[in-house]
Amino acid sequence: MAYDRVLLAHGSGGILSRDLVEKLFLRRFDNPALACMDDSAALNLGFLLPQDGGQAIGDQLAFTTDSYVVKPLFWNGGNIGRLAVCGTVNDLAMVGARPVWLTAGFIIEEGFSMSVLESVAETMRTTADEAGVSIVAGDTKVVERGSADDLFINTAGVGVIPRGVTISARNARPGDMVIVSGYIGDHGIAVLSQREGLEFGTDVVSDVAPLNALVEAILRPPESDSGPTSESVHALRDPTRGGLGTTLNEIAQQSGVGIRIYEDRVPVREGVATACEMLGYDPLYVANEGKLVAVVARCDAEQVLEVMRKQRYGENAAIIGEVTDEPRGKVVMKTAVGGTRIINMLTGEMLPRIC
Amino acid sequence: MSNDHHRYVADFRNAEVARKIADRLAARKLERTVRLMEVCGTHTVAIWKHGIRQLLPEGITLLSGPGCPVCVTTNADVDLAIALARRPDVTLATFGDMLKVPGSYSSLQQAKAEGAGIRIVYSPLDALRIAQDNPSTSVVFFAVGFETTAPTIAASVLEAERQELDNFYIISVHKLIPPAMKALLDSGEVRIDGFICPGHVSSIIGARAYEFIANDYGIPCVISGFEPLDVLQSIDMLVAQINERRASVEIEYSRAVRREGNKVALELLHRVFEIADADWRGMGILSRSGLKLRPEYSRYDAEQVFDIDSGPTRDHTGCSCGDVLRGAMTPSDCRLFAKTCTPEHPVGPCMVSSEGTCSSWYQYGGGTYGIR
Amino acid sequence: MCLAIPVKVTEITGAVARVEMAGVTREVSVMLLPETQVGDYVLVHAGFAIERIDEQEAAETLRLFSEMETNLEN
Repeated sequence: MAYDRVLLAHGSGGILSRDLVEKLFLRRFDNPALACMDDSAALNLGFLLPQDGGQAIGDQLAFTTDSYVVKPLFWNGGNIGRLAVCGTVNDLAMVGARPVWLTAGFIIEEGFSMSVLESVAETMRTTADEAGVSIVAGDTKVVERGSADDLFINTAGVGVIPRGVTISARNARPGDMVIVSGYIGDHGIAVLSQREGLEFGTDVVSDVAPLNALVEAILRPPESDSGPTSESVHALRDPTRGGLGTTLNEIAQQSGVGIRIYEDRVPVREGVATACEMLGYDPLYVANEGKLVAVVARCDAEQVLEVMRKQRYGENAAIIGEVTDEPRGKVVMKTAVGGTRIINMLTGEMLPRIC
Repeated sequence: MSNDHHRYVADFRNAEVARKIADRLAARKLERTVRLMEVCGTHTVAIWKHGIRQLLPEGITLLSGPGCPVCVTTNADVDLAIALARRPDVTLATFGDMLKVPGSYSSLQQAKAEGAGIRIVYSPLDALRIAQDNPSTSVVFFAVGFETTAPTIAASVLEAERQELDNFYIISVHKLIPPAMKALLDSGEVRIDGFICPGHVSSIIGARAYEFIANDYGIPCVISGFEPLDVLQSIDMLVAQINERRASVEIEYSRAVRREGNKVALELLHRVFEIADADWRGMGILSRSGLKLRPEYSRYDAEQVFDIDSGPTRDHTGCSCGDVLRGAMTPSDCRLFAKTCTPEHPVGPCMVSSEGTCSSWYQYGGGTYGIR
Repeated sequence: MCLAIPVKVTEITGAVARVEMAGVTREVSVMLLPETQVGDYVLVHAGFAIERIDEQEAAETLRLFSEMETNLEN
């Protein structure tokens, strides 16, 4: 690349645009569909259809989109590129879908560093590989200086929901157990520590990761007759913005149930707890980008937990509570010291406080 | 778990020990219901967050007091900050706590969305840094807080002087806790049998500052830390005093509070500030209850340097924050609570401040779940 | 009334100290606590160390919590 900064011309559709797409994006996202460089990607559905009397994987597609405007762009454990792939892959995984294809749209501020853009694209490639997905279509726009904050990315994703899988935040039932896949609050604190004006050092690493392999392991039909099936898992949700507290509330409200969790069972790293105390945050509301909440039939919970702990990104999974009849739509927590409190939805933006 | 974290945090949240203290407390016979006021907003939050009420025996009621510096800041003061922030030559630096507090017509958050230069800071030193890095703008720090925070602003003003900064100013709405406690007692509006005194304010002002409450009013005081075991222990110490008909100022938070306070911090505070009357939301003007910059530091006083007209002040009808702050009403007694006044659409600061009584009730279950 | 958390002082340069707890580090001012030494535990509020935490008092407080001394007449 001859240019070290992205120019308006790189987004205007001419030769520079094509150069940018081919040399920076295409070369990294390399796959047959993308390489055609047609106006749309033509994608073969063969793998969905029944073959030789065998059953199709599924007859439902999952489809999602998200935009990523995170600041700063890079932090301990990831960058906006990794987040853009994982966020969408995980949204698909949370309905039990196997992610297959992603699109990636970039809105770049004039003057943005080319090498940083390369770095982001490179990360997207390696993350997509890890998740087993291809980026098959994309778009690039460049806007005047001041019209976008450095870089915005949008990704959309398509996946297949395997036959028999019905996972929804509406399906939690009283008696179910609530499992979280690991330590909460890592991502939010890792990002926050880089943000200007709140400088504090921390060794906390963001947890941003693709969870589709973990979900697949949880939903995989068992080798024996007993044990958890894909029907044991009633709900899955990734506690991103708003954190675990908000996600549990969403499940409680959508399912019309109560949820009770136990403070001493929720995994929180000391460093995260300390940073939260320093800033006046509650770890329950801090964002996670590589965690999931699973609501599982009581009789299968221990076994699902075991499966999770053997998987990458599930090593520190823990059962943190149960689903109850009442209070409907509310989340209650037994505190470490033996009291009780309500966990409400996060209202508005969490601001650092001194009081 | 790291040793340090254990010693200073985790050990003060031990469930078994909490049970022991709760049992000890339950064994004390109460002649009548005991009403204890936790003065400090941070205590209000700690009590809710850890579910302390569930561990108390019948007969002990906890009341929240006016110790939320955000909540007691008047509409007029918020309006002043907004008016300053709207000036194109001013950058207003503020603690995050103040951002959403409604003034007469607007809030700092709204003004920010409309383009006013407002920066959230964690420390007044951050505001100094902004002034250093931006010599062409006037940086005004919205100095809210009680005696824990005021010395940090005093130190920052002295630092501004040392660095010869000519674009750093403050609006001081600092207030003092003991005069507010006195005003509550003098009003006789609410029966208070004991005070859970603020731990970190006391780190600065020491225990002597409360002695008049024990000596002149005969009401026990215990200076409490913020961990759940601290609060439980402090309640136990207060009930013991009440039962034994004693009234003194005891320090539960002895690991961080000395009888005479932090002398250096107090000296800096009094060097830069002088005591003045202050207007408290819900309590009106209390004599000698606030801090203003001394004349020799008036060049840092934004109110004097900038010619600001923030317009007429307007109070919100139906808002009962004042009554709640004095302990005369609980949030659920307020007509607006959880109906027209919610954290998303707050009418008064008690619902906005993360430490506000109403916000705590709402967030942790008092109003909506009926947890006692 | 305010959030202040206990941290350990790891370095001091002039009026600025580096503090640490559970892997979280920050720079704070010791203008209000000029006698702070490396190794001290302090409370930090709004970017300032406001008081030293007395380790012995902390241990004593924990001991008092567990005291089963209950004067049953009270």
